[in-house]
Amino acid sequence: MTIESLKKAGHATLAGLGMLAMTAGMAWAQEAAAAPVPDKGDTAWMLVSTVLVLLMIVPGLALFYGGLVRTKNMLSVLTQVLVVSCIVMIVWALWGYSMAFTDGGSLDNYVGGFSKALLAGVDTSTVVETFSRGVVIPEIVFVAFQMTFAAITTALVIGGFAERMKFSAICVFSVLWPTLVYFPMAHMVWWWPGPEFASTNSAEATVAGAGLIWTYGALDFAGGTVVHINAGIAALVGAILVGKRIGYKHESMAPHSLTLTMVGASLLWVGWFGFNAGSNLESNAYAGLAMLNTFLATAAAGIAWPAFEWILKGKPSLLGAASGVVAGLVAITPAAGFSGPMGAIVLGLVASPICLIFVSVVKNKLGYDDSLDVFGVHAIGGIVGAIGTGIVVDPALGGAGIVDYAAGGASVYPGVATQVTAQLKGVLTTLVWSGIGSTIVFGLIKFTIGLRVKEEVEREGLDIAEHGERAYNM
Amino acid sequence: MKLITAIIKPFKLDEVRESLSALGAQGMTVTEVKGYGRQKGHTEIYRGAEYAVSFLPKLKIEVAVKSEMLDAVIDAITSKAKTGQIGDGKIFVTPLEQVVRIRTGETDGDAL
Repeated sequence: MTIESLKKAGHATLAGLGMLAMTAGMAWAQEAAAAPVPDKGDTAWMLVSTVLVLLMIVPGLALFYGGLVRTKNMLSVLTQVLVVSCIVMIVWALWGYSMAFTDGGSLDNYVGGFSKALLAGVDTSTVVETFSRGVVIPEIVFVAFQMTFAAITTALVIGGFAERMKFSAICVFSVLWPTLVYFPMAHMVWWWPGPEFASTNSAEATVAGAGLIWTYGALDFAGGTVVHINAGIAALVGAILVGKRIGYKHESMAPHSLTLTMVGASLLWVGWFGFNAGSNLESNAYAGLAMLNTFLATAAAGIAWPAFEWILKGKPSLLGAASGVVAGLVAITPAAGFSGPMGAIVLGLVASPICLIFVSVVKNKLGYDDSLDVFGVHAIGGIVGAIGTGIVVDPALGGAGIVDYAAGGASVYPGVATQVTAQLKGVLTTLVWSGIGSTIVFGLIKFTIGLRVKEEVEREGLDIAEHGERAYNM
Repeated sequence: MKLITAIIKPFKLDEVRESLSALGAQGMTVTEVKGYGRQKGHTEIYRGAEYAVSFLPKLKIEVAVKSEMLDAVIDAITSKAKTGQIGDGKIFVTPLEQVVRIRTGETDGDAL
């Protein structure tokens, strides 16, 4: 087996990696032969990918969300997305990276430790492994890349309770929620001993050093569970705890600018190539596969949503097409480097109408006010994608299969029942962890500083009342 | 003198303005308005949220004319703003007591 043929994800979750070279007990990895040196092409790709994920947040997500709210709340949403991202970036450098990507000792199944708090020991000479034996990228680049994931996940959540949450509550949320929910989730899905260890030790030994969801054998290429299901659940919990908007179902809450929503959705799509293809951590054909899948699943979903609207409601809408695009991006995220191109198309075609039915039928029946459908699109699309990943990864269906490092890097597939079961366990663990963790975070805020703005503030609009400015002076 | 107030479909404005200029009407005021008549509103759907939009965008034009021009102006607006579809609008005519041109102080017929 050549290194090239191994350039694929690990036996379980993919996008994470072990800190082999940095872990004291595994110091032999660096001593063995010549220590691997980062490839300039890989490094360049990861630098670009990192900035592309930032583009998803600002202005992508900010405009996508901003266009969907009423004029009087436009600036509040833009401010929330921007400031939440800034806060999470600082928190990530202070303790987030360490909690996600170090050995957590006795709690290692669930969360990392604080050995790299304040980025201690991370400098321009340290490296992290990718998914190929003997391939590394600079750790400092990995820190920046993963930082953008923490930021966008937290920013995604605010769509659930847009137009009524206090800005102070959102600032506290953006420190507490990543700490209690996101960093542990990232650790559970992406923390593993790395390909060098996995290739030279038994599968049991590798599993013993990995995060909980990784040990299930659940596949998550770029963060379907960690980012999308996680954010979707948190948004639902937040929406329920803060309560419905005044006038929900009675007053018109039509989007104030679908033009901006379309601009935002398009920027999300562009940035998503950094998110999905960047999660390959190397600049090679598997990054290319992730990119192609990110085109095709999204295109299929962007057709399917308005097509179903056309059939069910008589008109294909722009918001439908934009929502379909986002649903397709969400669904392909866990499968990006695992699915074949045809599998990606099927995934997009399936995810889109399921999300459509959820946001237009199920949500209305249940009656909660998830303002911008974070749960309906990200959690539901994420669950469809996570389960679908277990199917489309099958080499018989054109998928890439799963690398078995302990077996010399062979591509394997344990069968649909086994793999889908593993995927379901990953989904359920995410639902439980995020559901409970988010309830604690929002509950703490609700019973201390409070979650919700005063009624007159909500009626006047958050822009003037909370931020002292208005979006449009015309 | 008469004040003619007409509610028309927005895209008909240019045709109406041209025909009134040709008749010699010297001015016109246009306002964007919303309202409903027999056309009623329509339904907008944003994902799962349906909103009944009961007020539709229209243009209100106001033209002051000498009484002898009234019929010609009404004919012009009626023919140019008409599509034959519901929602073409209405014309209201009210008597006008006094007109003053601010710049010169001219009044009534001279000020039109």
